[in-house]
Amino acid sequence: MKQISFGLIVALGLAATAARAADAPAQPLGLPPVPIPADNPQSPEKIALGDKLFHDKRFSSTKQVACDTCHEKAKAFTDSPLHVSEGIAVRGKKLTGTRNAPTVVNAAYFDAMFWDGRSPSLEDQSQHPFVNPVEMGLKDHQPILKIVRSDPEYVRAFDKVFGKKGAQVSMKEVEQAIAAFERTQVAGDSPFDRYFYAGDPKALTEAQKRGFDLFVNKGRCVSCHVIEQTQALFTDNRFHNIGVGINDIQKDVPELAGAFLQAKATLAEVDRRVLGDKRTSELGRFAISREFEGLGAFKTPTLRNVAVTPPYMHDGSKKTLKDVVVHYNNGGVTKEGDPVNDFLSGGIRPLNLTDQEVDDLVSFMEALTSPQYASLPSGARTEVKP
Amino acid sequence: MNPMVPSRRDFLKGAAAAAAAGVVPMSVVKLAFADAAQDFTFAYISDAHIQQISGAKFVHNWDRGLIRAVAETNLLNPKPDFVMFGGDLGQLGRKAELDHGAEMLSKLRYPLHCVMGEHDYYLDLGEYWSKLFGPHHYTFDHKGVHFVVLNSILTYDDWTYNRWPSAEQRMLEMAGLDNPNGSPFMVGEKQRAWLQADLDKVDKATPVVVFSHSPLQKLYKGWNFWTEDAEEVQALLKPFEKVNVIYGHVHQIQYNQIGKIAFNAVMATAWPWPYPQSYAQAQNAMPVLTVPMNRANPFFERDATGWQFVDVHTGRVAMKYNLYNNTNRTVAWNPGTGKPEDSVFQDPAKRIPPQVHY
Repeated sequence: MKQISFGLIVALGLAATAARAADAPAQPLGLPPVPIPADNPQSPEKIALGDKLFHDKRFSSTKQVACDTCHEKAKAFTDSPLHVSEGIAVRGKKLTGTRNAPTVVNAAYFDAMFWDGRSPSLEDQSQHPFVNPVEMGLKDHQPILKIVRSDPEYVRAFDKVFGKKGAQVSMKEVEQAIAAFERTQVAGDSPFDRYFYAGDPKALTEAQKRGFDLFVNKGRCVSCHVIEQTQALFTDNRFHNIGVGINDIQKDVPELAGAFLQAKATLAEVDRRVLGDKRTSELGRFAISREFEGLGAFKTPTLRNVAVTPPYMHDGSKKTLKDVVVHYNNGGVTKEGDPVNDFLSGGIRPLNLTDQEVDDLVSFMEALTSPQYASLPSGARTEVKP
Repeated sequence: MNPMVPSRRDFLKGAAAAAAAGVVPMSVVKLAFADAAQDFTFAYISDAHIQQISGAKFVHNWDRGLIRAVAETNLLNPKPDFVMFGGDLGQLGRKAELDHGAEMLSKLRYPLHCVMGEHDYYLDLGEYWSKLFGPHHYTFDHKGVHFVVLNSILTYDDWTYNRWPSAEQRMLEMAGLDNPNGSPFMVGEKQRAWLQADLDKVDKATPVVVFSHSPLQKLYKGWNFWTEDAEEVQALLKPFEKVNVIYGHVHQIQYNQIGKIAFNAVMATAWPWPYPQSYAQAQNAMPVLTVPMNRANPFFERDATGWQFVDVHTGRVAMKYNLYNNTNRTVAWNPGTGKPEDSVFQDPAKRIPPQVHY
């Protein structure tokens, strides 16, 4: 765990106080202040505008898909229990991507967006699904601009928030408003936070306490799902090959990787290719970085609220948290004894956890659910069906 | 043109752009005055230290390092002309270790040349290694460059033949660091005579690349970052206009220039060694450390290990280091200063301060 000097804690605290706008939500237990970009400060009007844009189905080619289709508040901002997201319908059949919808909750803390980190910010990220052929299906962003420049409610809101009208309103303002809304979706205050940061010994069950010990010791989970002395994001904001997805395309790696090594694809091309082709999707971070280290590697997701957002992994291939822990316990293969892939990240190795220990780890992850999502069905041990 | 299969020219354009952003380990840097026909690349994997625990059990971490380097080398595009393995394939020279390592190297899709390391040698004096990989020292020519492979980890005959009750004991003594029972590496008089005879036949304008396991320079004796007859070997190389020595053994990036001889070290796939002066109390003569690496994070097993993709143009080498959990680096010959330099971090203003703790 990172050691932070007392002076630094004080400095961070002061900075947080200074940066926190009056309308920012109270800081949840276990989380740091939400980082707000200097060029996109929060305001109640901007957040409300972003909320409206986030739910607007007109921003898709069929007028049936909005951001919230795959990031639904009632499902902790995911489309659980779908294993990969469903976009626009063509001839009555919904198109599907290749990846499991990550939650918007606490996405404000990520250094990079999407499972492969191909977008550097919430602002940038928000523009891509509109024009992805299997998500919202627009050919370009013009239909969105047409609506926000003419719909009276939007005209009023963009004028009030950004002081811009007509052609002055661009995708930049649309993206900034959506990002501002997403930055309000933070959630801590879980039983773990009350136990670890508020010192309430009764906040966790005995199984969860044993699971916490396994999480930071024998299970080695904390090495990537980071817990610090003052906060826990449960991510290292890095990319790792843990043997999911890539294991199925090992023979194809030279062909698939070769295409990216030969020519640098634009981000829009990568966006289309990785969501349009399952095999290409499995290259993971490599499709962006073109560094071998990124082969089959995906971003470490936060584990906050993970119990209520099944299924799991970038491809939604694990139905329960127990399946996930078993995969790690096998050293990066789903079926014990299968060969690991050549590019497996260092650190992923058999853990020799007993059945009891696997169960305890699952129990611990159930203690990471925030109060506002505690009533959702848990995918910890049993499959949640649509 | 199929957009998924771009031309080589497209790749080079992309690579140049990517190299500017510092993201691609295998970018091809073209020098304006280079004779393109004579430019080529090869890959360099070294110090795998495959270690048998017992029976079919081997150290998992060292296995993964070599398996990964081989798999990545096979993805290189443009393809390297050949692959060098820089020595220390095994840990204690056992047949099982060399066989297990050879099996992994057999997955390479390119011609392979091997260098002898002390961990391959001191059990049976290189006998089994030779059955797998051929002679202990040899030369070959490729696209106008004369390549010399030396066995630089020999030592005094008395130490090798008379000192130890068993071959296993001899191997263990040579495998230790800071070991008062150890003995300095050398090329030896016999091999130097062979080298002299070989080099006599080579035009002095021909670029020469020498592969050795130990550094062919005297850096730090305690860890045998050292070749006892380095001066004599350097004297044989001195008449040549362009000489590049590439060595393993040190498990870290080092570069140096002595006369016309450029020295480059390679990473290990197994584990990193610290830069000696950061660790050892004894006297050393290391090149000034200009770019410290991050302290390895022990959780990330591949951190501070790596392998190399080497560009050879106009007879000089550019070492592209593929470094896991670190920023990839290139150490290339700088024709302006006449020595190898880090292509990004040599400028003090561009250095990244090393992370000192996790």
